[in-house]
Amino acid sequence: MPGPVQAIERAAAILRLLARGSGRLGVGEIAASLDLAKGTAHGILRTLHGVGFVEQDTATGKYQLGAALLHLGTSYLDVNELRSRATNWADALAARSGEAVRIGTPLEGNVLVVHHVFRPDDTLQTLDVGSLLPLHATALGKVLLAYDTDLAASAQQADLPSLTRRTIVNSSALSRALAQVREHGWAADAEEYMPGEAGIAAPIRSYGGLVVGAIGITGAVERLCDGRLRPRPELVTHVRSAARAVSRDLGAGR
Amino acid sequence: MTQRYVMSIDQGTTSTRCMLFDQGARLVSVAQREQQQYFPQPGWVEQDAVEIWRNVDRIVPRALADAGIAAEQVMALGIANQRETTVVWDRRTGTPVGRAIVWQDVRTEELVREFERKPDAGTVRERCGLPLATYFAAPRLRWLLDTVPGLRERAERGDVLFGTMETWLIWNLTGGADGGVHVTDVTNASRTLLMNIATLSWDDELLSFFDIPKRMLPEIQPSTADFGRTKRVVPGLRIAAALGDQHAALFGQTCFARGETKCTYGTGSFLLMNTGRDLVQSTHGLLTTIGYQLGGEPAVYALEGPIAVTGSLVQWFRDSLGLIGSAPEIETLAKTVDDNGGCYIVPAFSGLFAPHWHSEARGLIVGLTSYITKGHLARAVLEATGWQTREVVDAMNADSGLEASTLRVDGGMTADHLLMQFIADVLDVPVMRPIVAETVSLGAAYAAGLGVGFWPDLEGLRRNWHLAARWLPKLDATRRAEEYANWRRAVELTFGWAQPRQPV
Ligand SMILES: Nc1ncnc2c1ncn2[C@@H]1O[C@H](COP(=O)(O)OP(=O)(O)O)[C@@H](O)[C@H]1O
Ligand SMILES: [Mg+2]
Repeated sequence: MPGPVQAIERAAAILRLLARGSGRLGVGEIAASLDLAKGTAHGILRTLHGVGFVEQDTATGKYQLGAALLHLGTSYLDVNELRSRATNWADALAARSGEAVRIGTPLEGNVLVVHHVFRPDDTLQTLDVGSLLPLHATALGKVLLAYDTDLAASAQQADLPSLTRRTIVNSSALSRALAQVREHGWAADAEEYMPGEAGIAAPIRSYGGLVVGAIGITGAVERLCDGRLRPRPELVTHVRSAARAVSRDLGAGR
Repeated sequence: MTQRYVMSIDQGTTSTRCMLFDQGARLVSVAQREQQQYFPQPGWVEQDAVEIWRNVDRIVPRALADAGIAAEQVMALGIANQRETTVVWDRRTGTPVGRAIVWQDVRTEELVREFERKPDAGTVRERCGLPLATYFAAPRLRWLLDTVPGLRERAERGDVLFGTMETWLIWNLTGGADGGVHVTDVTNASRTLLMNIATLSWDDELLSFFDIPKRMLPEIQPSTADFGRTKRVVPGLRIAAALGDQHAALFGQTCFARGETKCTYGTGSFLLMNTGRDLVQSTHGLLTTIGYQLGGEPAVYALEGPIAVTGSLVQWFRDSLGLIGSAPEIETLAKTVDDNGGCYIVPAFSGLFAPHWHSEARGLIVGLTSYITKGHLARAVLEATGWQTREVVDAMNADSGLEASTLRVDGGMTADHLLMQFIADVLDVPVMRPIVAETVSLGAAYAAGLGVGFWPDLEGLRRNWHLAARWLPKLDATRRAEEYANWRRAVELTFGWAQPRQPV
């Protein structure tokens, strides 16, 4: 078994140091206290800064604990910020796929729609940002469940309401579906939420691979799927590359 | 066949972006960097032109690399830029004589008052379509000539060059001190107070009115033209278009016909209406400007209602008050309350632009009681953008004799749904966002692509416009009228705040 990761131990020591006393230290002071090379301390501080665990005072250059540490338990990425940061790629996905795009995050056992781009055909459509979708019956929801063990467990304990004749209502079938989502890196629903409608979605990740939401398209089942209700590969590719582009902008995979 | 693309650089007030679009006008790649803003004195706003150039140097290669696109696949480059921001640099070293003075900067207020007292002040507006105001480039350039020691002599000898950001970037991209091209386009030139709005050339009377040596001015080109090829950053790109960001947005929204209007929400916000070949003079506090000019064609004019401070009020709330961690969190905070609690913020940080033109106005927060929380303040921040939009839309309706029946919007703030809904509510018309919210970048790409034949015509571009989101008005008329009345009272309180310095 590999031993402890030194960089993580050092990062933890820096956080403890900052949690003491005045809580504002320069990189030199931190390096001296921990007997680290200044360059090493600086590298760790920049990483901690990138994930929001430390903040730097612009005037003095000193570091202190970041606000993100105080809210570790709550969603760290504000949903309005997620929308802002995803807008360009959500637009591009709608343009490429010709379908409506939504971004969802979990909220109280549902999918909260935080962003919605109309299907680009200039037909009458209504914004549904702020509305809720079922986790187990939508592609967006399945992505959110697949990467959040607690969320999946509580969804499976509650009963899974049947919305169409294709909705997954059995908890072991849902488990299998979620395992597939993790294996493939995307999810689909074919008439599981609404008759005649299908959806394809993929995870939006932040630094370290943390899933912070799902982005996906929805549309008529005959446009999104082939005759055997399998999602069309080119649409899956569009959805996944949009998800990757947003993730890259949020700091994943660096 | 290898895919081909068009690149745009949007040098905005907050950040610089490089984007690549495919033939279907779909985004393929984006790289972006914010630049530092400096506020060295009350009313002063500066940026470092060298930092902006360095940002361009980083983001252009990154945009290409992220999408795995080679320079040869890029058919053309279009540049859009924050307008009126003034930089002067040494033509032999490429070093700016100081920081760039940003369009929101009001240091030239006294200078502008002096200009207003000149007997021929009345002819300025006739010649260039603009009121005498701190907003435009000429007073800034004059301020530099007056205050930087030896600058006037260097300018007269032809040793220093003036430019707005597109001029600075094109000069650097095409070689800098080593043969860089010193050019601007009509839309940017139309914002200096120095270009004759009818002849589209530097106006000798205006040059002598402001006492600016002609030698330091760039050559004026149409918005689509041969601006040369890049020699630095990524060599060999063909610069085929340059236009002010707001003009690029008008173009990107495909407002090609008379009467078509858009409003772009960024650091400031800008309502522009295409007025076709007609040079319309406003009687309600709007500006006459060039919409765009395609190479070999007459210029298309526009009426403009600029608002100085909208997104930058959100930035102020974030950076100077520290009440939010990122701009979009303003919406989250605003949603913690149901209304403004009686509180209004008038962000006259740079005086007030259209339709008021009070350079001496300064910002205020009114209606404070113990009841007010930071949530109410956040709401007042967003509402300020809504009401300022209402004022310029009212002016545009009055000038054009038309009632706008919808508003086309774009820009960074359109991600804010609370704000977009509020704008629909205060205007009482549907607000519509197209499928590319980065319309400035798209417009620069459109102009460049059109210039090199990548896209054949305007009609083809128009077909790319699709509705991505629409907000419908919900507010009842009585409430709207009451709130507007409150806003107007608040605005009046800002007038006359900054007093001219008393002579000692
Ligand atoms: N979700 C949001 N809500 C309110 N304001 C926002 C939001 N996102 C960005 N902004 C504001 O929009 C501005 C950035 O928009 P952008 O179009 O990039 O501006 P510019 O082109 O002037 O640089 C900033 O001033 C920022 O404060
Ligand atoms: Mg912009």
